[in-house]
Amino acid sequence: MMHLVRFELVKTFTRWRTYIGFIAFGVIVPLVVAGLKLGGQHSFERHLLSLLQNDFVIGGNVLNGWFFGFFFMGALWVHIPIVLTIVAGDQIAGEGNAGTFRFLLTHAVSRTRIIAAKFIVTLIYTAVMVLFIGGLTLGLSLWAFGSGDLLIIRRGILVIPEAQLPYLFLMAYGLATLAMFVVSSLCFFFSALTDNSIGPIIATMAVIIVSIIIITLPFELFQAIRPYLFVNYFDAWQKVFDDPIPWDMIRTNVLILVGFMAAFFLAAMIYFARKDILS
Amino acid sequence: MSDTVLRTIDLTKRYKNRLAVDHLNIAVRRGDVFGFLGPNGAGKSTTIRMILHLVFPMEGDVEIFGASLKTAGHRALEKVGAVVEKPAFYGHLSALRNLEILGGLQKPVTRRQIMEQMERVGLADRANDPVKTYSHGMNQRLGLALILLNEPQLVILDEPTTGLDPQGMKEVRELILELARERGVTVFLSSHLLYEVELIANRMAIIHQGRLRVEGSVQDLLKRGESAVLIKTDRPEEALRFLKANEAYRSAAIHSDDILVELDLERIPELNRQLVNAGFGVNALVPRRTLENYFLNLIEGREA
Repeated sequence: MMHLVRFELVKTFTRWRTYIGFIAFGVIVPLVVAGLKLGGQHSFERHLLSLLQNDFVIGGNVLNGWFFGFFFMGALWVHIPIVLTIVAGDQIAGEGNAGTFRFLLTHAVSRTRIIAAKFIVTLIYTAVMVLFIGGLTLGLSLWAFGSGDLLIIRRGILVIPEAQLPYLFLMAYGLATLAMFVVSSLCFFFSALTDNSIGPIIATMAVIIVSIIIITLPFELFQAIRPYLFVNYFDAWQKVFDDPIPWDMIRTNVLILVGFMAAFFLAAMIYFARKDILS
Repeated sequence: MSDTVLRTIDLTKRYKNRLAVDHLNIAVRRGDVFGFLGPNGAGKSTTIRMILHLVFPMEGDVEIFGASLKTAGHRALEKVGAVVEKPAFYGHLSALRNLEILGGLQKPVTRRQIMEQMERVGLADRANDPVKTYSHGMNQRLGLALILLNEPQLVILDEPTTGLDPQGMKEVRELILELARERGVTVFLSSHLLYEVELIANRMAIIHQGRLRVEGSVQDLLKRGESAVLIKTDRPEEALRFLKANEAYRSAAIHSDDILVELDLERIPELNRQLVNAGFGVNALVPRRTLENYFLNLIEGREA
């Protein structure tokens, strides 16, 4: 199995499309940080202080690297799926489209093992991408804006001491990675259904966008189906910044996200095990 | 040990309303170079894909070295090497890397082993180039190098010379014969070219519209029935009437713009003499065998 995973890693990480996401975020994040540093930070500050100065005395470096690291996480989690699907959608469909399954599957290797290896590599790519974006946004923000306590305005104001932040951000990135695993798993499942790499990307993004619309709109019907949509649990990472941290809720969210991931993977595996390779 | 290396048992596949393969029963014996002949769309590739577990049959089974594909699954393919249709590799990787990945799936292969096979198919000097820079012929040869790498006992090739230039076709045929004669490998190859099968196969089967039409030794099948001659003359209609008047040429019939008559090939000079003496301009007398006619008729849709 390790042999297959190694070969899948070689195939995936020697394709230039694997690096599109890294290049895109590697360009965008420094540009946004530079924009904030060169003036944007002050308008941010003015806006924030106008909200708070009547009720609170604000002191110290409030708009620091941790704050912008948190801000980036909140802003980017809907964009990260786009780059993840570029690779996840190609994992099975790409081989079908290129006709390479004809060689791969005639070498006495089980379809289950091939799919499992591809899935592992998809998860590795997803984790690397999320951690790259997390590391880049937080690293650049801390470098540009310095450190300090983290001010969070969500259902009230919360100030988290600087000493706790590395640990909390690590947990948050872990949970964000898990949420993105579900996105990649869904795209992986769509990839098993087709021989066209574009289809899974569009289908996954369509599911995410429609789900976000459903969980955002306050209609009774939509609220009823909300628990069945995986995007409903995407903000699990934000919960580690609550006080007290709702561990039970986080545990439940983790189990649900793992359940979705397993369901998408099993569906892909079952479908592919009986799929006619015609390309 | 059974002499049958590959056997299809009532193998059947339907795609929606089209019956692609219909209860196909063929047997390939150890040491055979077995030609699987049929026009395009006859069901050759679907059969090969079912044999290789790429496509699942609706009915029937395949036995490879006695193992049922239905029960053994992919494990039945352990001694098999195959190239299905156009060889498809990972274009962004070098040929060497491709063979490392695909050749190493069954058992580890060393770089030396890979280079030996690259040398054998004449690609050693291009081993480090990305496969996307390879021509179709080079891809075919790389496919053969991949097969050779795993030292299979049964090689399955789907139209291996398609798209190759004459020199490439000759090289591939020689390689197939070498595999069979020197290494004792059983070869199952599909083709839509009768002459290709004649050149390399010892046994053959013809498939058309998913059904087996004929199976046997190439020699026996080629001998089967009468031979025939295609007559190209300046006045085919008149020549036909002339021939029909002679008891020996009763089978004469118009075939496209020519005349086809069943005849021992030894009697061609006599036929020529009679036509010339009767004042017909004979442009050509082309020997044909009934198997070829049969196959051509299949292709042209005249044979049910």
